[in-house]
Amino acid sequence: MAAQELATLESHQYDVLVIGSGGAGLRAAVQAAAVPGVSVGIIGKSLLGKAHTVMAEGGVAASLGNLDQWDGWETHFYDTMRSGHFINNYRIVEVFAKEAAERVLELEEWGAVFDRTPDGKIMQRPFGAHTFRRLAHIGDRTGMELLRTLQYKAISQNIDVFQEVTVTKLFRDENGAVSGALAYYRATGKFVLFRAKAVVLATGGWGKLYKVTSNSWESTGDGAALAFRIGAELMDMEMVQFHPTGMVWPPGVRGLLVTEGVRGEGGLLYNSEGERFMLTYDPERKELSSRDVVARSIYKEVQAGRGTPHGGAWLDITHRGPEFIKRKLPGMYEQYLTLADVDITKEKFEVAPTCHYTMGGVRVEPETCATNIPGLFAAGEVACGLHGANRLGGNSLADLLVFGRRAGDGALAYIQGRDDVADVPGSEIEAEMQRVLRPFSISQGENPYQIHEDLQEIMSNHAGIVRDQGMLEEGLAKLLELKERAQNMAITGSQVYNPGWHAVFDVQSMLTIAELIFRGALARKESRGAHWRTDYPDELPEMGQWNFVQDLDGDAVRVREVAVPVMPQELAQLFERGMAPGVYASQQQAKEK
Amino acid sequence: MSEEIVLSIYRGDADGGQEVEYSVPLTPGMVVLDAVHQVQAHQAQDLAVRWNCKAAHCGSCSAEINGRPKLLCKTRLDDYVGQTVHILPMQTFPIIKDLVSDVSWNYEVAKKIPAFKPATAVPFRMQQFDVDRVQEFHHCIECFLCQDVCHVLRDHDAKDEYFGPRFMVKIAEYEMHPREGGDRIPLLAHEAGLNMCNVTKCCTEVCPQHIRITDNAIIPLKERVADQYWDPLRALFRRKKESPTNQSV
Repeated sequence: MAAQELATLESHQYDVLVIGSGGAGLRAAVQAAAVPGVSVGIIGKSLLGKAHTVMAEGGVAASLGNLDQWDGWETHFYDTMRSGHFINNYRIVEVFAKEAAERVLELEEWGAVFDRTPDGKIMQRPFGAHTFRRLAHIGDRTGMELLRTLQYKAISQNIDVFQEVTVTKLFRDENGAVSGALAYYRATGKFVLFRAKAVVLATGGWGKLYKVTSNSWESTGDGAALAFRIGAELMDMEMVQFHPTGMVWPPGVRGLLVTEGVRGEGGLLYNSEGERFMLTYDPERKELSSRDVVARSIYKEVQAGRGTPHGGAWLDITHRGPEFIKRKLPGMYEQYLTLADVDITKEKFEVAPTCHYTMGGVRVEPETCATNIPGLFAAGEVACGLHGANRLGGNSLADLLVFGRRAGDGALAYIQGRDDVADVPGSEIEAEMQRVLRPFSISQGENPYQIHEDLQEIMSNHAGIVRDQGMLEEGLAKLLELKERAQNMAITGSQVYNPGWHAVFDVQSMLTIAELIFRGALARKESRGAHWRTDYPDELPEMGQWNFVQDLDGDAVRVREVAVPVMPQELAQLFERGMAPGVYASQQQAKEK
Repeated sequence: MSEEIVLSIYRGDADGGQEVEYSVPLTPGMVVLDAVHQVQAHQAQDLAVRWNCKAAHCGSCSAEINGRPKLLCKTRLDDYVGQTVHILPMQTFPIIKDLVSDVSWNYEVAKKIPAFKPATAVPFRMQQFDVDRVQEFHHCIECFLCQDVCHVLRDHDAKDEYFGPRFMVKIAEYEMHPREGGDRIPLLAHEAGLNMCNVTKCCTEVCPQHIRITDNAIIPLKERVADQYWDPLRALFRRKKESPTNQSV
């Protein structure tokens, strides 16, 4: 079967191949295709414009200072490093904070229409742990606006778009550089080979590892797993963000995101006894504390027996009035009304933590997004280094723009002077085709949907919001057993649009990633940001010096401590005043007056 | 034992097919997509369905439920108690398999629309009042249900004569942007086929985002075309500039 397919294999060749057609991938493709003569292809697992970026609701963080004149890149830098608990790569954060505003304005130039301030500028809303009002937004559907804008920008350029295509393997040439990818069309099941001088990974995260998640089916960590298997270094894999507010009831919508914008616009959290518990856990920032803190607070309230009927907290925004709520949070209003029969303008509603984002990922170089594999770049959620131990709301959309562009530029610089595209040996292609087609030839094997369900059970119970040594060790053992069972996944039907077959690769990616989460979490013997260990409840200074980097050593996973880069003095001094740089500057000026 | 609901799901491809019945347990607040996933996980692994966000943000899971174009993720099963739920793919587009149709025509149309062309440099100064009108169009999730129900496309298969409601909304989004410097009125009058729409408002009725497609996008665009092409004085002026072969209105 495979040999026959090899003879008629469809093949494409690009200077820059982008894998992933969400925000980061599209931004990278747009950047690369802006240079005349550079051929660019972009591959998406879904239809164009459907990527998980659409689910981002609250806004894109950028220190435009449209409402708070004291905001600037230094304060955005300060907030991001602090919320990341200082294991972020400072240079990545610096680049990010400096460039985010420009990237947002670029979107406006390409047709995005943000909400406006009274004097006609881009509106910015407050969000958890951002010192100033910083999130440019369009109601509560900012991600969709960003994705749609980039989608239409991309199709106006010379970019080949491959929709509903799954990549199953990356190839390296004899010098170790990336040389292409094997994929198949989901609609027909036909294989397709992509050869490329440079590859940009923009495949998003792996929230689908967890049962209660805000993530779509696509978030299965494909890019990180593909890169890991060919020798890429992955970092901070223990860092998984649980968003404090997901829907709780009815069961079908459990985990669905409730934007932080609800709290940004004034929503308050209460326990079953009517106490505003965030006043206790974080008196200063209250409901707008960082996500790790709010998620843990809700978890603790529920554990203490003060949870809502379905095990969450109450979120109440009724005091802002129906007109305001429908205008600023139209998606949330509609979502609760149609899916849960709750009118959020009239009543409080239940929320609970939901897996939302993965801070870890492929280790990249700050300036170019280059990975340790020549020619392979990574941007967006699949990459690592910006968010540290906890991501700030709104920083992921800005991340896509800033580093999508930089990855595009990085790829462009890399292909300079490289005239030839390496060949991929037929034997390697054929071996991969055989692997991919194998589930069709197994009878009485494991159901991939069942393996996925069992995996989610393991991850939720053993590597969730709360962890300890025993729990992690037991989880890892269960996972390794599940991996054995998964060798035997079988499917029925044909290669034509067969979701069961597609699920096999999603599950394989997730199993690869799951092991790294356990190994990272076992190595980090402390609590930091999203990683909360009850056996090591404190943040430990000696642990704060390290990122845990994982790669393959033969067939085994190797975990290494790698020093967190140390900030130069001009950045380090921003943290010496005990307050955000913008706040300090405003106080200094007030004193002078 | 919990209550069961019977789904009759179309199974087939370009070569034909038929509805197949599946029974699934009903849970509180269940939507049709949940039930389809149940079937997929336990009864028919290869049942093809598109979905992504499960929150009516992405517009992937469009289908026809008991004859009505709807999003599977937003349609509650408790609306159908005591009935069999018939689920078919969108009928205006060619079928790929089961509930998945080939919507690629829409992406080809999208490419024909010239991109936003700002007349001034960013940052823009625009009042909320001025952008409210276009922000409505930005709610579109590209589910293509409006395209599915549009009789010009569905009954007359006039895909080479009309871009369809989705793309009238897209063009309106650009044309009514306070800073737009481009002009798509000739496109609307000719290739986009705006005149094919006879304002039956079916598109507005099925829009899950409640965009008033006909009233707020299509009719104002028709007015602009009429202004430019039917105003007697302007028409005279235009005849001087355009060759007669271009005048299809």
